[in-house]
Amino acid sequence: MSRVATRFLREGRSLPPILEEARVHISELARSYGLDFFETIFEMCTYEEINMIASYGGFPTRYPHWRFGMEYIQMQKSYEYGLSKIYEMVINTDPSYAYLMDCNLLVDQKLVMAHVYGHVDFFKNNLWFAHTNRKMLDQMANHATRIRRIMDRHGVDEVEAFIDQCLSIDNLIDPYASHIKRRREVSEDEIEKAESDQGVGRIPTQRAYMDRHVNPPEFLAEQRRRRQQELDRMRSFPEEPVRDVMGFLLDHAKLPRWKHEILQIIRDEAYYFAPQAQTKIMNEGWATYWHTHLMTQHILDDAEVVDYADHHSGTVHMRPGQLNPYKLGVELYRHIESRWDKGRFGKEWSECEDPRERRAWDTGAGLGREKIFEVRRTHNDVTFLDTFLTEDFCREQGFFTTRYDPKAREWVIDSREFLDVKASLLQMLATRGTPRVYVVDANHANRSELRLHHEHEGLDIQLDWASVTLGNLVALWGRPVHLDTLLEGKPIRLSHDGHQITREARKESA
Amino acid sequence: MLNIDRDLGRFRDIVKGRVRRDLRRYMSSGELVGRKGKEMVSIPIHQIGIPRLRYGENRSGVGQGEGEQGEGAGQGPKAGDSAGEHLLEVELTVDELAEILGEELELPRIQPKGMREAQSAKARYKGISLTGPESLRHTKRTFKQALKRQIAAGTYDPARPVVVPIKEDRRYRSFVIENEPRSAAVVIYMMDVSGSMGKEQKEIVRSEAFWIDAWLQHNYDDVETRFIIHDATAREVDRETFFRTRESGGTLISSAYKLCLEILDRDYPATEWNIYPFHFSDGDNWSQSDTRTCIRLLEEQIIPRSNQFSYAQVDSQYGSGQFIKDLNESFEGVDAVCLSRIPNRDAIMDSIKELLGKGR
Repeated sequence: MSRVATRFLREGRSLPPILEEARVHISELARSYGLDFFETIFEMCTYEEINMIASYGGFPTRYPHWRFGMEYIQMQKSYEYGLSKIYEMVINTDPSYAYLMDCNLLVDQKLVMAHVYGHVDFFKNNLWFAHTNRKMLDQMANHATRIRRIMDRHGVDEVEAFIDQCLSIDNLIDPYASHIKRRREVSEDEIEKAESDQGVGRIPTQRAYMDRHVNPPEFLAEQRRRRQQELDRMRSFPEEPVRDVMGFLLDHAKLPRWKHEILQIIRDEAYYFAPQAQTKIMNEGWATYWHTHLMTQHILDDAEVVDYADHHSGTVHMRPGQLNPYKLGVELYRHIESRWDKGRFGKEWSECEDPRERRAWDTGAGLGREKIFEVRRTHNDVTFLDTFLTEDFCREQGFFTTRYDPKAREWVIDSREFLDVKASLLQMLATRGTPRVYVVDANHANRSELRLHHEHEGLDIQLDWASVTLGNLVALWGRPVHLDTLLEGKPIRLSHDGHQITREARKESA
Repeated sequence: MLNIDRDLGRFRDIVKGRVRRDLRRYMSSGELVGRKGKEMVSIPIHQIGIPRLRYGENRSGVGQGEGEQGEGAGQGPKAGDSAGEHLLEVELTVDELAEILGEELELPRIQPKGMREAQSAKARYKGISLTGPESLRHTKRTFKQALKRQIAAGTYDPARPVVVPIKEDRRYRSFVIENEPRSAAVVIYMMDVSGSMGKEQKEIVRSEAFWIDAWLQHNYDDVETRFIIHDATAREVDRETFFRTRESGGTLISSAYKLCLEILDRDYPATEWNIYPFHFSDGDNWSQSDTRTCIRLLEEQIIPRSNQFSYAQVDSQYGSGQFIKDLNESFEGVDAVCLSRIPNRDAIMDSIKELLGKGR
């Protein structure tokens, strides 16, 4: 058991013998199926404690901030009114920590443990988690100490207000950054060379009289214009649009030391949590797949079946018109497993158009289990659905797209077409409600103003929040900030100068 | 050990700040009128949260289940990943609201008059005796005593922990009589419900009376309230009726003052009580002669025994509003008289400040 954890969590939360016995049993079962997880420490909590830990994102020590209190109140209310209840919570660390609620039934605790081992296997093996800090428990405690110290020096109110500003942009990060090197540095030499090169793309000719024909003035003008564009691009800063707005500010905003430190902390934590949002469906689906398998094949005894069925159906239950990541995930894994078991993949399968033949298709490949282990290692939600959501699956599951009907004042079914559904799902997952925003110019109008570009994907951003967020960006950057986006189809630029927001029409090319 | 209290406290401070900002709106809305001090009121608060760049209303989503194209699809998706606009319901007690009101208006804490302290004899059950009626037997003490005895006698067996009290073990609660001083206050609310007061006027004075009451209740440990409504005749009512009733008729203000005096004479000797009469009206009295009666009653009887007499007059489109002018003529410069006009809903706060700002 980690020493850090015992310092924060109350002593004597270790499992009672009956649960410890169940834990050993379940972990051995899980291992026998090839699940490969970090050591997992389970702790017993009251519902108040579990709500408390949940408000802190699963970590017992976080920096002081009011929003944790708000989350706690909401969770507490929702629990007291019987609206929701947290069954399980597990954090991505090594060793991993999971919390069990002490008032749950024994069968629930077993279900939760099986589910948790699924999650921890996923944390450990999914590539999107490869870069996360597995000692985050210590790191979070360290962040807390640093921010407390800063608060001692600069005052709680000021520091908390600054944290608010940082949190307001903590979704403007690049979730793929850890896997790709985006920036290509352009050296001053290259720029100089390009500037001094006066040849301007003239095609060399052997004979002087030919030059007039090979390089007519229009051609030269065009070449000059292109060269100029190239030069502008090289001189502009940043040279390529930067999606990691937080990182850009961290590198280039003129912030006092303590603010820099806080921005860094908030960004680190945002990156730590990012893969969990990127793999919600896969992760929950995986854990659900395994708790179902272990419980129904091995663990349940006769007396527990009804309670298990009741609680399991609660987790995979589908409210009309809403997507349940547990359900979607587990069904898709099962679909993949059955396809690879029956050999329904590859060239022959995809070229076969005879429905009868397709229905009867079974090569006895038996690769299903192996395939889903591979999938859980390499995919994230977007690629998971993009690769494996087939028309058959879509039809079996009865997916549809919805749209708001202003006349009927309700959401109605728009389409059951496979391509519509898939496009809509992917769009939803690709953005996760966060618009894609890039830093395109840090010296806008040659006045050190920051210009951001929103890559519009069919949805407008919410203006009132955008205006406050831009205000916060001004506070961080220290100069006015502009955001180019579309509003109701028209290109506009929102500008914030630190006092007020203005909106103006803009030419699309800008 | 985990502790969320600090963050919770910060959050509650923010909520209170928000409530303070919108206090005028809550106060003038009249929604809360009639609630009790310890009662929780739920106040919806918009947008306490971290603003981020995010999508506005979603225009499409994906669902699963039965149904034809164009049919209803249940609740539909919420914007983005997280839930859309959430209204946060925060719970505060009326007491807490009164406190915020006090801070906001910078109302002074009212100092009770030192000499007006009543001695009340009170029996408190705080002792233990060996004899007493069975109904007062202290079970826990009795068993404790039995346990002690058994251990001392060596008859107690931890493996089989049975404790049987015998007669000598029995312990009983007993009382001692204590004299305790208390600063007592009585507030008498008088409200005009005559025909000249429109619905709006009645709501205004009710709101004002309610908040004054909330503040005084918060301020005094022990405050009694009496309620009088009057048109041409006055009658005493309970709190519920006071805040709810609708009546109409002529106006004889003196009827209320006479009833007020009766109550004071009967129940609240001025030597023992801090007395606060409040009167709310549109100032449209029946006749000048009645007004003269009123002024005489106030001058000779009510004001001398009160800490402060407060009169708040709401503007009404029918009434002459003469009464406040008459009072002003007679009592200008008298400290114990406090007059205030309420032109409209928004003026409720200012009027409360005028009435309670002196801290008498």
